[in-house]
Amino acid sequence: MENTIKKKSRTVTRRAFLQGLGGGAAGAALATRMRGQNAGAGQAGIALPPALAQKTITFTVNGKSVSVDVEPRETLLEVLREKLKLTGAKKTCDRGECGGCTVLIDGQAVYSCLFPAVRADGRQIITVEGLAEGETLHPVQQAFIEKDGYQCGYCTPGFIMSTVALLGQTPSPSLAEIKAGLSGNLCRCGNYVKIDEAVAAASQKMRKA
Amino acid sequence: MKKNAYLKMAIGNKPQGKETSTPAPAEFKLIGKPTPRVDGKLVVTGRAMYTHDIFFKDMLYAKILRSPYASAEVAAVDLSAAQNLPGVKAVLKLKEGRVKYEGEQIAAVAAVNEKTAEEALKLIKVDYKALPYVVTPDKAMADGAPRVHDSANVEKINEYSRGNIDQGFAEAEVTFERTYKTAIEIHQTAETHASVAKWDEDELTVWDSTQAIFNVRDGLAEALGIPETKVRVIKMYMGGGFGSKLDANEHTIVVAKLAKETGRPVKITLSRKENSLCVGNRPSTQITIKGGARKDGTLTALSFRNTTCGGLDSGDQCSEPTIDVYKCPNVKVEEFTVFTNTGAGRATRAPGHVQGTFALEGFMEELAAELGLDPLEFRRKNYTTSNEGGTGIVYSSKGLDKCYDIGAQKIGWTRRNLKPGDGQGKKRRGLGMASQIWWGGGVPGTLADIKIHRDGSVEAVSGTQDIGCGTRTYMATVAAETLGLEPQDITVKIGDTVYPWAPISGGSLTAPSVAPAVRDAALQAAEHLRGIAAKKLSVPAADIVLADKKLFDKNKPENSIAFKDLVKGLRREAVFHGERGPMPAGFAYNTFGAHFAEVEVDTETGRISVLKVVAVHEIGRVLNRLTAESQVVGGITQGISTALFEERVLDENTGKMVNPNLQTYKIATSMDMPEIVPLFVDLVDPRINNLGNKGLGEPPRIPSSAAVANAVYNAVGVHLREIPMTPDKVLKALRGKEAGS
Repeated sequence: MENTIKKKSRTVTRRAFLQGLGGGAAGAALATRMRGQNAGAGQAGIALPPALAQKTITFTVNGKSVSVDVEPRETLLEVLREKLKLTGAKKTCDRGECGGCTVLIDGQAVYSCLFPAVRADGRQIITVEGLAEGETLHPVQQAFIEKDGYQCGYCTPGFIMSTVALLGQTPSPSLAEIKAGLSGNLCRCGNYVKIDEAVAAASQKMRKA
Repeated sequence: MKKNAYLKMAIGNKPQGKETSTPAPAEFKLIGKPTPRVDGKLVVTGRAMYTHDIFFKDMLYAKILRSPYASAEVAAVDLSAAQNLPGVKAVLKLKEGRVKYEGEQIAAVAAVNEKTAEEALKLIKVDYKALPYVVTPDKAMADGAPRVHDSANVEKINEYSRGNIDQGFAEAEVTFERTYKTAIEIHQTAETHASVAKWDEDELTVWDSTQAIFNVRDGLAEALGIPETKVRVIKMYMGGGFGSKLDANEHTIVVAKLAKETGRPVKITLSRKENSLCVGNRPSTQITIKGGARKDGTLTALSFRNTTCGGLDSGDQCSEPTIDVYKCPNVKVEEFTVFTNTGAGRATRAPGHVQGTFALEGFMEELAAELGLDPLEFRRKNYTTSNEGGTGIVYSSKGLDKCYDIGAQKIGWTRRNLKPGDGQGKKRRGLGMASQIWWGGGVPGTLADIKIHRDGSVEAVSGTQDIGCGTRTYMATVAAETLGLEPQDITVKIGDTVYPWAPISGGSLTAPSVAPAVRDAALQAAEHLRGIAAKKLSVPAADIVLADKKLFDKNKPENSIAFKDLVKGLRREAVFHGERGPMPAGFAYNTFGAHFAEVEVDTETGRISVLKVVAVHEIGRVLNRLTAESQVVGGITQGISTALFEERVLDENTGKMVNPNLQTYKIATSMDMPEIVPLFVDLVDPRINNLGNKGLGEPPRIPSSAAVANAVYNAVGVHLREIPMTPDKVLKALRGKEAGS
């Protein structure tokens, strides 16, 4: 499938992520989970001592500064969804395969399910909840509605964030660039063709604005 | 929901012989036009609430321990260490005795957070005694194979015959037999299955990621031994079902029990691995079709034999297209299922029809080549306007012939290789097509209310589900159209069992069930308001028109009253109960369509690229062109995905699934998409319901894989007869063709 085509470079690949971890308890825990061996595994695991595990981090999310206590094993996605109740980004595959959790970190589209929360310290994060200004939608959001760029809507926050990142880097993408730019996001309802139309429409809106 | 029950529902209640009361007009102002979704803003801002997104104060998180074995005896389960882990609030044993597939439930934990629940699972000690298993149909059918259930591994699930098959073959001038195979496909919904359970005294409320709130309610009541009146099921937004979310799941019952035991809300979200193993799949098939025809292309006999595998449960009956689509007097069908130690199959968007159409339409394409006929002309030659291949009752409406006309013209059918494989070069192009039939008539008895408030606001209410098909939007459109308002003026309330009954959102049932019920309620409301306006405006009620948010005299439009001003005078809010009426007897109610695909096959790498798909569907009246197009685009995308990539892979040496994730279970991405042209035949079914619309969920999913496979055949001259058509299979087939020629 898309493996033959150059993947978008702005996302954290699983390989790079694992290399970046450099071992440790958190790395081991996540690596084990990514090998998918948790369901039905038999051996006893050891819970992390809470006092050692907690760390307070401060970052900006959708323009607001927040401080949260996190464990090293927590992902940014878990912190956004469970601690900050920003549930737009979804936990869909939980291993960097589908893009349902895509958020912007310092303007880059990132799979937040692979991003350790501790590394968010000091960063600027934008989630789908932070795009609209009051009740005025971002042009990408408007375009997804007008072109019906979704069906069930579950993958949509991820697609919208990837689109915002794509148009940030490539304001007038060709159809091939749109497809490649969104190839890290899966839509199981299969609305890619409509999504492509939405991205093209958003690009046009943003250039006019 | 058992697949057969699903099919029964899809076919619909038997028509009851009453004509629909209000014939639909030919043209509407809103209905049928492209209307953006009324709830779009919630979705694109991330505020739409899916079951995954629900967090209650004091909520606990459940995890389920599952069998790592395909077959084992669970001799003992020791929960004590898990129970003693701080943060664990309840542990349940779910199984002792024999487990029959990888992923079967053993025990469950509820803890203060997911990670503690995961830790607790590791502390549960299970004494397994591994048993022999079978995970492939071939092994399961072999002599002396371990038995999956207490009965035999092979069971006949369907037979059908009409005419005289032997006579049909005797009359044939050409006899032809081919075997087609389809792999097991996993639904892989974006939102994994999820439920939240909460008790208030003896009343249970469950938020569920479901296509069928009433099925979940009834299933929970039965499993828990409580009255249905004590269970409420709510579905707000749901991230894809495709048939895998049609009833109360085991894990939903588990969280209801854990919530009861702990006195706290309990949530479960299945992992991608659990979703791959435990919540259904599309059964595999091996279908052999033997057909007889005269040299002029007249079919004389069709014999259909299916061996399907749905793991622990029965596979899919796939013969319906062969029975119905083409005029053929002599047909014989036999279908068998094979049991294996794998997760049970479940209804999967167009169950049986996807596989049965892949086989039938591949066969028609190959037989046409054998006869030296244009495959489309061959199909037209055997066209029928009544079901059971021309031997049954007539279709209330059938626009398949128009689908052929439009599709052939739009794809440029004359561009195809006149003889399959005629093309030259390393990259070869080809065109193929496939026909489609499905039910989609809807369910009589579906309920909906229209409620008009004295401030002028209006509700459309029904216990249906919007699973991404735009139910909310067409409910608003139908209500607005009938009352002379705009879709934005209507507040749509759905997805709660406290609302009036509606069927499952599956089987292409929702639109032809719910929209007519809303229309019925709105027509009653309009009639009531017309009566009031008639008095106020001093004109006969029959002359009052509702449009542009006003009620006015059709002969003197300036004699009017604003909708808002009129309803201000109501004594209280006015409620109108609508019902989807029966369908007249004596007719068959079906949907039809045809897909035309163009592909390019790289004969060096075996890679198939789909370049273009033209899809033409006849679904009666289209309610919303924008969302209808999305349905078609999605069905084609899934069909391409299954044709090229999707397959559950099992390791015979361990009995385990080796690709239970989205990295190794491949599904199509934006890069794999062709140009897609979704079109509809403009037609209103004259008697199906008060709008003349049929369903569209299944239809575009049915012929898409077959059309792609047939285009590949046209390109390279060899039909792969098996999906997914991965590059290795393409290269093997090309080598086989060279060796054979």
